[in-house]
Amino acid sequence: MEFKTFVFYVVAAILVFAALRTITARNPVHAALFLVLAFFSTAAIWMLLQAEFLAIILIMVYVGAVMVLFLFVVMMLDIDIARLRHRFWSYLPLGAMIGLLMVAEMALVLSGKYFSAAALPGQTMPEGYSNTKELGRLLYTEFVFPFELASVILLVGVIAAVMLTLRQRKDTKYQNPSEQLAVKRNDRVRLVKMATEKDLPAESEVKEGGQ
Amino acid sequence: MLKNFIPPDLFPAMPEIFLVLMACVILLVDAFLGRTQRWIVAALTIVSLIGCALITYQTMDGQVVLTFSNMFVDDLLADFLKLMLYLAVIVVVIYSRDYLVARQLDKGEYYVLVLFATVGMMVMISAAHFLTIYLGLELLSLSLYALVAIDRDSPKATEAAMKYFVLGALASGLLLYGMSMVYGATGTLEIGGVAQALHLGVANKTVLVFGLVFIVSGVAFKLGAVPFHMWVPDVYQGAPTPITLLIASAPKLAAYAIAMRMLVYGLFELAEHWQSMLMILAVLSIALGNLAAIAQTNIKRMLAYSTISHMGFMLLALMSGVVGPDKHFALNAYSSAMYYAVAYVIMSLGAFGMILLLSRAGYEAEHLDDLKGLNQRSPWFAAVMLAIMFSMAGVPFFVGFFAKFSVLLAAVDAGHIAVAVFAVMFSLIGAFYYLRVVKLMYFDAPVDNAPIQASLDMRFLLSLNGAAVALFGIFPDTLISLCTYALMRSL
Repeated sequence: MEFKTFVFYVVAAILVFAALRTITARNPVHAALFLVLAFFSTAAIWMLLQAEFLAIILIMVYVGAVMVLFLFVVMMLDIDIARLRHRFWSYLPLGAMIGLLMVAEMALVLSGKYFSAAALPGQTMPEGYSNTKELGRLLYTEFVFPFELASVILLVGVIAAVMLTLRQRKDTKYQNPSEQLAVKRNDRVRLVKMATEKDLPAESEVKEGGQ
Repeated sequence: MLKNFIPPDLFPAMPEIFLVLMACVILLVDAFLGRTQRWIVAALTIVSLIGCALITYQTMDGQVVLTFSNMFVDDLLADFLKLMLYLAVIVVVIYSRDYLVARQLDKGEYYVLVLFATVGMMVMISAAHFLTIYLGLELLSLSLYALVAIDRDSPKATEAAMKYFVLGALASGLLLYGMSMVYGATGTLEIGGVAQALHLGVANKTVLVFGLVFIVSGVAFKLGAVPFHMWVPDVYQGAPTPITLLIASAPKLAAYAIAMRMLVYGLFELAEHWQSMLMILAVLSIALGNLAAIAQTNIKRMLAYSTISHMGFMLLALMSGVVGPDKHFALNAYSSAMYYAVAYVIMSLGAFGMILLLSRAGYEAEHLDDLKGLNQRSPWFAAVMLAIMFSMAGVPFFVGFFAKFSVLLAAVDAGHIAVAVFAVMFSLIGAFYYLRVVKLMYFDAPVDNAPIQASLDMRFLLSLNGAAVALFGIFPDTLISLCTYALMRSL
């Protein structure tokens, strides 16, 4: 067995194990960490396929950003695991059916005319070939116009997000120190003139109205 | 590899580059200005649009120039539509100013987003590649979604923004799906390349027609044609009026442009298929738009349904290009569609401008009753509104009449006589609700006697707008021949 094949089987085994543990782990934090392991293994498989750009992006985007966010959410929310697992068995048939359906669809696509192993270019790339560089070359030369447009779209997203969220809510309570310091006695103290003596209410009224 | 790459010619794309730069500059300048100095931002916005117009005028040489690896096209059609676009956006900014200031909505972001939306429309107009069409559309749509929600404390506006966003995302998905099918069938996303692949007949026709259905649906969504019109009335009503003004005017030019680029430039070989699809859309839009508008009491909603029927007319012209050796009729049809789009933009700017004129701090002129007795309050603006309403109804010797007339002529030339008769009948029905506005203005007593408050520039511009509606009606040739000439040099 070639060394590459050996590595593939090891990584694939880890991937399957991690994926299984993701859905069976009792602790959501463990599940998320197993998902991270699954992403790493997938990235390793992509490396074996000489798709190093995808591998790097998978780790940077999914592990670096998405999963960290996911972990934050998991840790911040109080998730009741017992309740989540409560109907595991009743959902299993539906989940299994959808899973089988996806497997069948994948099989149909992969055995079809266009995406079968025979139809896809299978040659190994020459030494020193870098698909990151190739992608970069395309992005910054031929596709520079759409690339710049996408950046403008992101800028619009940022502006819109700030515009829609950065505002003075009417129901927030906040202190304004400059106003606090500039306060005058008249703003806070009100002199009320009232009679020095007051007629006491009758005994019976106090008893009824008092409590 | 890297050595034989020729850097793209940036010159044809100068207006876009300039406007993106100016939008970024305005974003920065705005951060240093206080509330009372916001007028500087508005002025800068207008100055950058005028600058853009000058640059476009400079780069207008009547040649079809492709750049950025055939993704960007600069032809006379693009230049003409862009010039109209700048004009429309400038008018929108000036009309909106008072309204926004009165409601403390004149944030710097408003101007920046309007400029980015303009860039999106310019990209759509100049697109020569399905990818740039999509990106331009997204740039426009994202800016508009945010603008609709600009008034964060209004639940109605937030709901409208939500609806617009969800349905807009769906429409973009449909469009992308169609594009992916076209790519699958032809192996290219370049519009010229698609046309060539179709011409050679190497592409799979079934996949192409499937893709075409999705593309037409996506465009119909953006135009607001029936049965993809659900968002139009709600968004028009819910959005703050200046944003409605923006949505209702300039994007129609861009939508016309992408319909032309994709259907006529790219998929012309499939014309028999998309023409019948457009016919269904056109007939339904004209019928439903005109009928539903009668039942409305809210002006913005009424104008929304009126937009739907107008878009139906534009589609009627687009479907009337005859496939055949004689290109004359096709040219006529497409130029009448363009003329219709331009005329519609002029009219809708005036109509929504009028609503803005009648609104003031703490008061929205939204109901038909708010127009009652406008003649007694201001005879001049009643006359302007009269011109706009007559023009929208298609009364002779206003710009709307000639727009409808040229569309109907194109439809009859293409042999769609029954459809043309149908369109005329429904325009007659539609005339009812336009004339009702006129009746309310002239024959009813005013409910609200407050004097009209508006800045001088807005009064002047709105008067000019009304005059344009009337003048282009009396001298229709200039605009029509401009449209025809621009298209002739670009087809």
